[in-house]
Amino acid sequence: MQTRRLMVSVFTVLMLAAGSLFAADYVVDSKGMHASINFRIKHLGYSWLTGRFNKFEGVFSFDENNVSATKIAIDIDPASVDTNHAERDKHLREGDFLEVKKYPTAKFVSTRVEASGEGEAMIHGDLTLHGVTKSITIKANVVGGGPDPWGGYRQGFSGETKIALKDFGIDFDLGPASTDVEFDLQIEGVRQGG
Amino acid sequence: MLIKNTKNSYGLVAIAMHWIIALLIIGLFIMGIWMRELGYYDPWYHRAPELHKSFGLLVFFLLIFRYLWRQYDPLPEPSSNLARWEKVTSRIAHASLYLLALLVIGSGYLMATADNVGVTFFGWFNTPVIVNSFNHQEDIAGEIHKIIAWIMMALVLLHSLAALKHHFLDKDVTLSRMLGISRRP
Repeated sequence: MQTRRLMVSVFTVLMLAAGSLFAADYVVDSKGMHASINFRIKHLGYSWLTGRFNKFEGVFSFDENNVSATKIAIDIDPASVDTNHAERDKHLREGDFLEVKKYPTAKFVSTRVEASGEGEAMIHGDLTLHGVTKSITIKANVVGGGPDPWGGYRQGFSGETKIALKDFGIDFDLGPASTDVEFDLQIEGVRQGG
Repeated sequence: MLIKNTKNSYGLVAIAMHWIIALLIIGLFIMGIWMRELGYYDPWYHRAPELHKSFGLLVFFLLIFRYLWRQYDPLPEPSSNLARWEKVTSRIAHASLYLLALLVIGSGYLMATADNVGVTFFGWFNTPVIVNSFNHQEDIAGEIHKIIAWIMMALVLLHSLAALKHHFLDKDVTLSRMLGISRRP
């Protein structure tokens, strides 16, 4: 009986280990900041106002032979919003927009990934922003990947998505041309273990 | 009326400074609260903060003038009927009003210069940027600005009520002196 239990445990551990032999685990390169979370929103309908979230961290697992097994989770610090204008950034952190004191975290966690072409995929997942969680879809594509000169292995992606401010409880009226925010995501991850 | 103060009366400069700055400070407070409620499409959305900053700078320049003037034109003595506690508390209150005003102006200035750009004074010239060193400068300075402004207005209210107390209850010359009218004590 004991032996059987032991066998089951060993088998389970081996299966888990085997799983990680096929999928690689990456940490988003926030340390070298070879990643960025950029956004843009129309200003009065006359131009694009761009900004980014400077502080974030995340992990993902990716296997180019099994794209639908891709997983990604990113934590974002909404207080790090940066549109290159101190008074505007202050306003964005306050109650009219992100209310970062009340909602100090934001995140994206993938739930399902489907390949949609050569090096392309639709990443479905839950975005939590301003205390509201909603499913969104990120249209992603592989930029490239491989060993780096310093003993590491990297994988990079590009992604885009669009959200409606109202969907996340942000209802400050910026006008009819500015209801949505477009995101432009650039992610490079460093594989754990080299 | 004389330009300078005497032992028992205020001169024109002191009276004018007092009321001009009082009006500006009260106006700036009301403006500050009102302008935070403006919608993005309100024509005053940008105009109000710009004017608020310029008038805030004006108060700062007037306070500098007032300080310099005070070296040349000392204060009158308090109304003769004042008890010791009244003399002490009024000095503390008045000193606090100056201190709070400077804190409000300073924190406002830190907020406005957080982009390392000076504040414009009615479009005439730009101030220099003196401090632009810390992270989230605009947020921290903004909190201080708001809190100190409210504390200051509470003191302004107390100051006003005290003046009325002296005028209507004590029936002394405190308020009438600041209005530049003589009164039979």
